[in-house]
Amino acid sequence: MAEHGAGDLRLTGLTKRFGDFTAVHPLDLTIPRGSFFALLGPSGCGKTTTLRMVAGLEEPSGGTIHLGDTDVTGTRAHRRNVNTVFQSYALFPHMTVLDNVMFGLRRKGDKQAEAKAREALELVQLGQAGGRRPGQLSGGMQQRVALARALVNRPDVLLLDEPLGALDLKLRRQMQIELKRIQQEVGLTFVHVTHDQEEAMTMADHIAVMNAGRIEQLADPATLYEHPASTFVANFLGQSNLLRARVEGGARDGLVRANTEGQELLLAADSVPEGLTDLWVGVRPEKLTLGEAGGRNRLGGRVVDASFTGVATQYVVRTPWGADLVVVQQNDGSARATPGEDVTLSWEPGREFVLDAAQDDHAGLDEVAVDG
Amino acid sequence: MAWVRRHLLFLAAVLVLAYMLVPNVVVAVFSFNDPVGRYNYTWRAFSLDAWANPCGAAGICQSLGLSLRVGLVASLTATVLGTMVAFALGRHRFRGRAGTNLLIFMPMATPEVVMGSSLLTLFLMMGLPAGTLAITIAHIMFCISFVVVAVKARVATLDPRLEEAAADLGATPLQTFLRVTFPLAFPGILAGALLAFSLSFDDYIITNFTASPSSVTFPMYVWGAAQRGAPVQVNVIGTLMFLVALLVVVAGQALAARRERSRAG
Ligand SMILES: Nc1ncnc2c1ncn2[C@@H]1O[C@H](COP(=O)(O)OP(=O)(O)OP(=O)(O)O)[C@@H](O)[C@H]1O
Ligand SMILES: [Mg+2]
Repeated sequence: MAEHGAGDLRLTGLTKRFGDFTAVHPLDLTIPRGSFFALLGPSGCGKTTTLRMVAGLEEPSGGTIHLGDTDVTGTRAHRRNVNTVFQSYALFPHMTVLDNVMFGLRRKGDKQAEAKAREALELVQLGQAGGRRPGQLSGGMQQRVALARALVNRPDVLLLDEPLGALDLKLRRQMQIELKRIQQEVGLTFVHVTHDQEEAMTMADHIAVMNAGRIEQLADPATLYEHPASTFVANFLGQSNLLRARVEGGARDGLVRANTEGQELLLAADSVPEGLTDLWVGVRPEKLTLGEAGGRNRLGGRVVDASFTGVATQYVVRTPWGADLVVVQQNDGSARATPGEDVTLSWEPGREFVLDAAQDDHAGLDEVAVDG
Repeated sequence: MAWVRRHLLFLAAVLVLAYMLVPNVVVAVFSFNDPVGRYNYTWRAFSLDAWANPCGAAGICQSLGLSLRVGLVASLTATVLGTMVAFALGRHRFRGRAGTNLLIFMPMATPEVVMGSSLLTLFLMMGLPAGTLAITIAHIMFCISFVVVAVKARVATLDPRLEEAAADLGATPLQTFLRVTFPLAFPGILAGALLAFSLSFDDYIITNFTASPSSVTFPMYVWGAAQRGAPVQVNVIGTLMFLVALLVVVAGQALAARRERSRAG
């Protein structure tokens, strides 16, 4: 809608230091107006700090924030048309739920404050709770009040700091759909912080994966999954099998010959960066096929674990050199392998992604190690 | 014997309460006395004379009025100043914060005689005449410390995120203070104000140093009256004050209980 979205949200060199600790390294980011943008990353990587700077609650140590053509870096929080759903809810304990939701509209002197607030409460399925105090509500209900309180203002940019974290799975899915619907209907810019990669993938147009105060990769969900730019992204977003390989010879017919532990691999030439010889070859579990039907790349191994999950079976296959590869096989009625069985894994060149071997293959696997 | 053992706690509580309340009961009972002579120390006969005419004793209601006025001005001023100090100490990190914290406690720790005599010296040096103004200034000074302590305890429990949320929702700093910070800090501010009032109303020693013959507060009147002979009206006013205090406490508890219920229910 025309009156909404003062324009793109543009962060340029945005930095935050607490003493000598840099919580957010110089950050350059353009969030297109009206888009659903997700910020994904492990605990302590600087997501909340970034949002707080955009909201005007934290003063940047450097850099600028633009909303459209306006530089809002020095604008105080109450003058920015930006609203936040706080990670800790921050509901006013001395007001009723309805007064909480009306707070923003009242400040603007909106005549229909009450009607709009009731509608927003209806939306988060709390139509009956308007007269209660936040302290009388469960964590999940409080979170939905926080959501309604921010959403009802229809700001240019809505900042959501893990807004669904306290909800059970069913409600979470409902709220995801609801949020996405509102975002599309009203055309607001959403910046959604989450731990939950599935939530980020299903909801967002663009995802920035953050690690230790830096953005590792910014892309749409499919690109992020199919072509992660770093081992951190590969491991943080879904599962990845990473094989150490060496390029042997140049490209021919769009394929590059490589070698992993004495096994020959064919890689799509356009996925191998120019001049790189030591590689991580990454293959997602569902891209591997048990048997030889999957494609020209073949690896042998022995099944050490098989877990049946209903729609699929997840195998762990140990290669002769001791690496464990994860394979997910659709439950299409074909025979299942059993632990101890020798199997061949196969995939077609081009289904893999390629990264520089200089990167740590365990990055992003252990979130705690990444912390701080 | 078993009965005594079972109700030991109850008995102990009754005894302690009686010990605490007997003086008040005596004061109340003797407000209905009809004494002969100047002293109201022996029971003679029941009478409503004093209750019918509480201002009957010379000067008693003037002194009560003065005490109420001084108490009101002192507690209000101290509450405003003390609340600001409490917010500064509770919210901001600045150089000399620890030192300020310590200084705030000083008036509470200093013996009143010492403070009273020092103030008298100070006022004399400044050329400020003893009297109502001097009393009020002195009361404001020692009340501030108590207000700061009461409000700071409350401010410490406030979540700064709430003020951020208000600003985030478009509230100006003033609106944020009026709608979020103040209502949340109010119980502490009220407690500080009540404490300040009762301290001011009650004070004898410091007041005595800073008062002039024409500015006699209620405690000074009672003290003087006790020397010359105590009129029954002192008991009447004492009983009234006890009742007002009781009313305030009961009302406060009822309010707190109601809030608790609405929060938990
Ligand atoms: N006021 C502060 N003073 C000092 N360090 C801070 C402050 N606020 C945040 N930090 C540090 O900055 C880093 C990033 O914090 P931030 O809250 O942005 O993380 P986050 O990504 O939101 O984490 P989570 O997912 O757990 O909410 C952390 O290491 C944190 O300790
Ligand atoms: Mg956070």
